[in-house]
Amino acid sequence: MGEFSQQTPINIITGFLGSGKTTLLKGLLTAPNLTDTAVLINEFGTVGLDHELVQNVTESTLLLDNGCLCCAIRGDLQGALRDLLSRRQSGQVPHFKRVVIETSGLADPAPIAYTLLAEPVLQHHFRLGGIITTVDAVNGGEQLRRFPESVKQVAMADRLIVTKTDLAEPEQIGVLHGSLRRLNKSAQIIEVAEGEIQPAALLTDDMYDDEGRSREIEHWLAAEAGADALAHDHADDIHSFALSYPAPLDWSAFSIWMSMLLHRHGNNVLRIKGLLNVAGVPTPVLINGVQHIVHPPSHLPAWPSENRQSRIIFIVRGMDRVAIKTSLAVFNKLANPDVAPGRAA
Amino acid sequence: MISVSAVPAKVRLPACPHNIMCALCGVLGGRGHWTESAAAPEAFASRPEQHTRARERQARTRLVNRVLGHYGLKLDDWLGGAQVLRGRTGRTALVNNLSEMWAAADDLSRQDCDPLDPDLLQRLERE
Repeated sequence: MGEFSQQTPINIITGFLGSGKTTLLKGLLTAPNLTDTAVLINEFGTVGLDHELVQNVTESTLLLDNGCLCCAIRGDLQGALRDLLSRRQSGQVPHFKRVVIETSGLADPAPIAYTLLAEPVLQHHFRLGGIITTVDAVNGGEQLRRFPESVKQVAMADRLIVTKTDLAEPEQIGVLHGSLRRLNKSAQIIEVAEGEIQPAALLTDDMYDDEGRSREIEHWLAAEAGADALAHDHADDIHSFALSYPAPLDWSAFSIWMSMLLHRHGNNVLRIKGLLNVAGVPTPVLINGVQHIVHPPSHLPAWPSENRQSRIIFIVRGMDRVAIKTSLAVFNKLANPDVAPGRAA
Repeated sequence: MISVSAVPAKVRLPACPHNIMCALCGVLGGRGHWTESAAAPEAFASRPEQHTRARERQARTRLVNRVLGHYGLKLDDWLGGAQVLRGRTGRTALVNNLSEMWAAADDLSRQDCDPLDPDLLQRLERE
């Protein structure tokens, strides 16, 4: 198994209790291009799934000695994925091209990402696709206020699916949009009513997919540009912001800085996504981190526009934007002492 | 719907071409740490200049030692892909990548190494 695009993507569908995860999944699996999908479900709900390859797994998390909650191995998924791999290899199950994991309503997506990187066999055959979070248009705002699990699920998402919009007032949906955007600047927000959704790209576009990665980056950048007005410097809650650096980043300096940042503050850095202009590399380098877990960098074949600035989106808890911007600039200057330190967008 | 039975006790794993010991990093089947561009060669494939893993490691070690100096630590090459982190008192730790190194740095220096620490940043800017 070589490049990441050859690996089987694993998409995570998460969302608070009753937010419509299974209804969404049921709709997606009817799409002709998504029938070759294996599904792992942590809890069977009231919505039945009529799909060829569905497996129920009982959530079990193995905490590591360091006690870090995101660097925990989901033993249930580790076993289930190894089993799926073995059965696909031996022809006992149809040759699935992607896996969808539907989490329980209170699950933390971070250990799933860690599980994929924690073992060589899984690491070489699977990669993280996208994290899709469903949010109930009627009850989502209240859940975000009351339940930290719900906030984290939103903060970590690549796609936010606002469900049951036919049952909510337009003002209610507008307020929810604002809350979602403050928590997660980069995720694409998609509204669905009565489970209807255009599934074409939801499970296929991600930053490692050869065909979908450009579209995925367009979503990041569009969301980033559209949300500038919501940027704030409050350091006391989960919020997202984007930084841009006009000067090319030195890869060694950047990787030293980011590994140190995640070592010290990984519990509070919920997501990092970036389109980097790395010194000496003509094409943009993509980075993708979930708490302490960083997936190997990917790339785009060309810059999406004339804008060659590095742009990094942070979703953090209780951390200050200016402190992060200043720190990266100082580290980058170690390798490029003559370069201006850059600025934050 | 076909219901797949529970995971059998002994799972037969498919042959994995990467399931071999990497002579450089010493990790069974390891792709390499994300901080090393060799872990994702396709992401850096457009780099025109001659780039070697050894040269990248030298540059990384030189830079990281400027940061480690703040904590009285120094990183040196050791055997294979490993490096050794040394403290002021002579205590050492072998590390395979930057993530392991920061954990060892906390331990050897008895400090919380923090890139947002204003004292560290002031020192780096002065140098």
